[in-house]
Amino acid sequence: MQTFSYRSVSTVEEALAALASPTARALGGGTDLIPMVREGRRQADLVVDVKGIPELGRLEIDAQGNLTIGAAVALHRVYGHPEVARRWPGLVDAASLIGGTAVQGRATLGGNLCTASPAGDSIPALIVHGATLIVAGPAGRRSIPVAAFCIGPGRTVLGPGELLIAIQVPAPRPRSGAAYLRFIPRNEMDIAVASSGVALQLDAEGHIAAIDVALGAVGPTPIVVADAAALALGQAPSAEMAAKLGAAATAAARPIDDVRGTAAHRKRLVDVLTRRAFMAALHRIG
Amino acid sequence: MTQSNGFKVIGTRPVRHDGVDKVTGRALYGADVRLNGQLYGAMLRSPHAHARIVAIDTSEAAAVPGVKAIVTGADLPHVGDQIADIGEGAVNLRHLSANILAGRKALYFGHAIAAVAATSLTAAQQAVNKIKVTWEELPPVLNLRDAMAAGAAPLHPDVFTDELGEKSTTPSNIAEHLRHEKGDIAAGFAEAEVVVEREFVTGTVHQGYIEPHSATVQWNADGQLTVYCSTQGAFGVRREMSEILGVPISHVKVVPTEIGGGFGGKLNVYLEPVCALLSRKAGGRPVKMTMSRADVLAATGPTSASIVRVKLGARRDGTLTAAQAWMAFEAGAFPGSPVGSAAGVILAPYDIPNVVIDGFDVLCNKPKANAYRAPGGTNAAYAAESMIDELARALKMGPIEIRLKNAAREGTRRADGPVFPRIGFVETLEALLHHPHFQSRLERATGSRRRGRGIAAGFWFNWGGTSSASAQVNPDGTVALSEGSTDIGGTRTSIAMQLAESIGIPVNLVKPQVVDTDSVGYNDATGGSRTTFATGMVAYELGQKLREELIAHAARQFEVEAAAVRFEDGAFRTDGKPPLSYFDVCGALRDTGGEIVASVSMRTKGEGPAFGAHLVDVEVDIETGKVKILRYTAAQDVGRAIYPPFVEGQIQGGVAQGVGWALNEEYLYDKAGHMLNAGFLDYRMPTALDLPMIEALIVEVPNPRHPYGVRGVGEVPIVPPAGAVANAIFDALGVRMTELPMSPARNIAALAAAGVAA
Repeated sequence: MQTFSYRSVSTVEEALAALASPTARALGGGTDLIPMVREGRRQADLVVDVKGIPELGRLEIDAQGNLTIGAAVALHRVYGHPEVARRWPGLVDAASLIGGTAVQGRATLGGNLCTASPAGDSIPALIVHGATLIVAGPAGRRSIPVAAFCIGPGRTVLGPGELLIAIQVPAPRPRSGAAYLRFIPRNEMDIAVASSGVALQLDAEGHIAAIDVALGAVGPTPIVVADAAALALGQAPSAEMAAKLGAAATAAARPIDDVRGTAAHRKRLVDVLTRRAFMAALHRIG
Repeated sequence: MTQSNGFKVIGTRPVRHDGVDKVTGRALYGADVRLNGQLYGAMLRSPHAHARIVAIDTSEAAAVPGVKAIVTGADLPHVGDQIADIGEGAVNLRHLSANILAGRKALYFGHAIAAVAATSLTAAQQAVNKIKVTWEELPPVLNLRDAMAAGAAPLHPDVFTDELGEKSTTPSNIAEHLRHEKGDIAAGFAEAEVVVEREFVTGTVHQGYIEPHSATVQWNADGQLTVYCSTQGAFGVRREMSEILGVPISHVKVVPTEIGGGFGGKLNVYLEPVCALLSRKAGGRPVKMTMSRADVLAATGPTSASIVRVKLGARRDGTLTAAQAWMAFEAGAFPGSPVGSAAGVILAPYDIPNVVIDGFDVLCNKPKANAYRAPGGTNAAYAAESMIDELARALKMGPIEIRLKNAAREGTRRADGPVFPRIGFVETLEALLHHPHFQSRLERATGSRRRGRGIAAGFWFNWGGTSSASAQVNPDGTVALSEGSTDIGGTRTSIAMQLAESIGIPVNLVKPQVVDTDSVGYNDATGGSRTTFATGMVAYELGQKLREELIAHAARQFEVEAAAVRFEDGAFRTDGKPPLSYFDVCGALRDTGGEIVASVSMRTKGEGPAFGAHLVDVEVDIETGKVKILRYTAAQDVGRAIYPPFVEGQIQGGVAQGVGWALNEEYLYDKAGHMLNAGFLDYRMPTALDLPMIEALIVEVPNPRHPYGVRGVGEVPIVPPAGAVANAIFDALGVRMTELPMSPARNIAALAAAGVAA
């Protein structure tokens, strides 16, 4: 394992100063970074621990019902928060799937986003919940929609010296529901072979007023199923609609054969998972 | 108090002797060894599956601060080029040696090439990264069909096919072709009214022990070598060290640590000779090396991928008339797959008059196959038991009915020669037949889920081998037992129990310990399900000797003849005098003739062949291909369960490994032969969440050739699971799965090929 220096910081300014070095890396839970450095898949001369920055540890719902999750908030705080669990169920599906119980005590949504794995569980779920990211850097702060954050396996739009500060998730719309499902061959200790997140809103007549579908592990980045709205808006939610969305997911998927699964199986899985996530989201509309 | 089985200790559930150390974390495993002045070793491993080593430049590595020694294959004594004028043993020794550190060629991804010892692990690893190897890449041979194809380039110039005992004249990747024949196969199939035949393929799998290999070795200035390692057999390590390093066996002492699983994969040395060479070069400082998980998966263990064809013929009434099996096993980079034991196992549960079994041991550019729990048994039984199931369906017979009709019994001759002594296969099948699981109805599932039930049987030879132990009675009544059998499955307790039963004392008075090779007589490795049988037999004999001595001491205290003394219920009795307690006699040993010490060494005979029959219910999601194990019952004739919780644990563990092999475990290589899943994330062993509680149904048909009836337990339970799960999947889907693992993607592909739509 490569040796590195470790620095714990308590303000964003301190963090940004430390991250100005091109070989520095931010450490949240460290459940991705440390194994990657150990296995030589990431280089780091300096590891900057950002857990001590108060803003990165915030988990708050504001008066308008919007959720802010600091980039260093551990997963167990997300899914263990009763209001978060009630209002953003798709996010909680994902947060409770990442790692086992011990890992969830350390691992963060911020880290899951910045690792930018095509199979990262939180990313499709955050996309369908319409989340945006607050990023600080040498040029100040900016916000980025989660759907635009990942640009390739392990690559994000974060520029040199930029640090993810928080995730903002808008208040759920009325008569809405969401679900995130993944497929793994075992029941634990696995990374998604394919996944699908669906968020759904019905209008007063019970027709689909809004829909978002995002897929994981079937392309170099999470994939938004762009055809979903055209297929579903104004239509009644039904098993037939689920099947149409599943077919659209298969059409949108760009999977490869790799050690975790075959392209053919993944195409099929996003169909199945999208149908099932659609029905689960529908059931969650109170 | 005597129990219903007629014993006082055997069959009870005492606290295990090693329990406290293990649950408090005090037990010392291989990687816990830490010696004064210790150096840390790191290994350079081949990035290629097949490549000639043109040159190795270690000059930059040697300059890294803290580096004390660097070794390559050239430092081993047996890697010469000459292939003339040497016998079989020399060839085998050179292969053994070349697997420790490559000679002229790297033969698989992960093959050890060179090693460094330094004052820190970081320095050693940095130095390894600075070793420069000039490679000449060669095309790899990565599967059985390519390796066996006419004109395939041979891996070794000195491996010739042993063709039914005759040596071929040109080098070949087929190291051996063996055959077992019984009866007249043509007449047997002519007599058959129903014939079924199919070919099966299985992947390369690893034993998956939790503890990685670790060794610490000191090569002293006086030529004495001390080896601390986690091994299944300290005496085997001693012999291999002596052979590989060319030192007298008396110069090697092996100190076994606790072992975190072996399953056959810790019978042979990997790191130990390298640590020894490094230690000698570093002026006798001890050198420790521990593998990463990636090293363990890429360079140790695995058991063979295989192709197995089975053809069965039977009369309408279900009587088997003929069976033919053809099997090819990957040996990896050096000869020695378990195809031989697979050939002995494959049809052993059945009394079939006409049989031909062909087996091929085949080289390819993968790590050298090592033993894995009932080596070859799972591959073989998967194919054979799938075909028994297919035959039963063709004949409209029940799965237990057809097996009972053809079951091997005492007197049945196996195709590989031996005639069965008293065995309990029929009793095992009958136990499963009457079990509530078999008697229950499998509820059908709804939606995309399909359920099915499968049965498979399995056989394992079991082994006796040589064991030695000594024991002494202490003045406080405890009995110190020194043994040389590595305790993998709780054998300290199961052997102590047999000693206690034999003497006639409570088991908590026995203090067992596993000692080094200088401190006990010879012991074969813990393997072949032999330890509770063979070392237990030694413990019985030890107990009889100690009991006889104790009675003699009591007689002297009583001042009567020994024949007039009885030892019962913890007291020595003779007519007309008050009894002496066991503790009274022990406390007075010095005054009644001196301390009591006994040693026993036996080359045991009479191991008991054993059978299992497994029943499993599965649920398959036909949209995703995922298989869920709903319920699992494993019946097994164990002869006698000395410590029932360990027997249950062995059966459950064997099933867990077998289910992993059946459903998800498999080595994945790219076309160039690089292993892609050398880690537990992507080499998918089952977790606790992937299995239901496995019910072990213990059947006891005592082995008449063991004083307590022990047969051996550990290996049988991994033989049936893949066949049982495959048969359950067939029951659920109507699709015969012919390739392991039966992974979700493969199940979906098979469903699509069979035209079954979700």
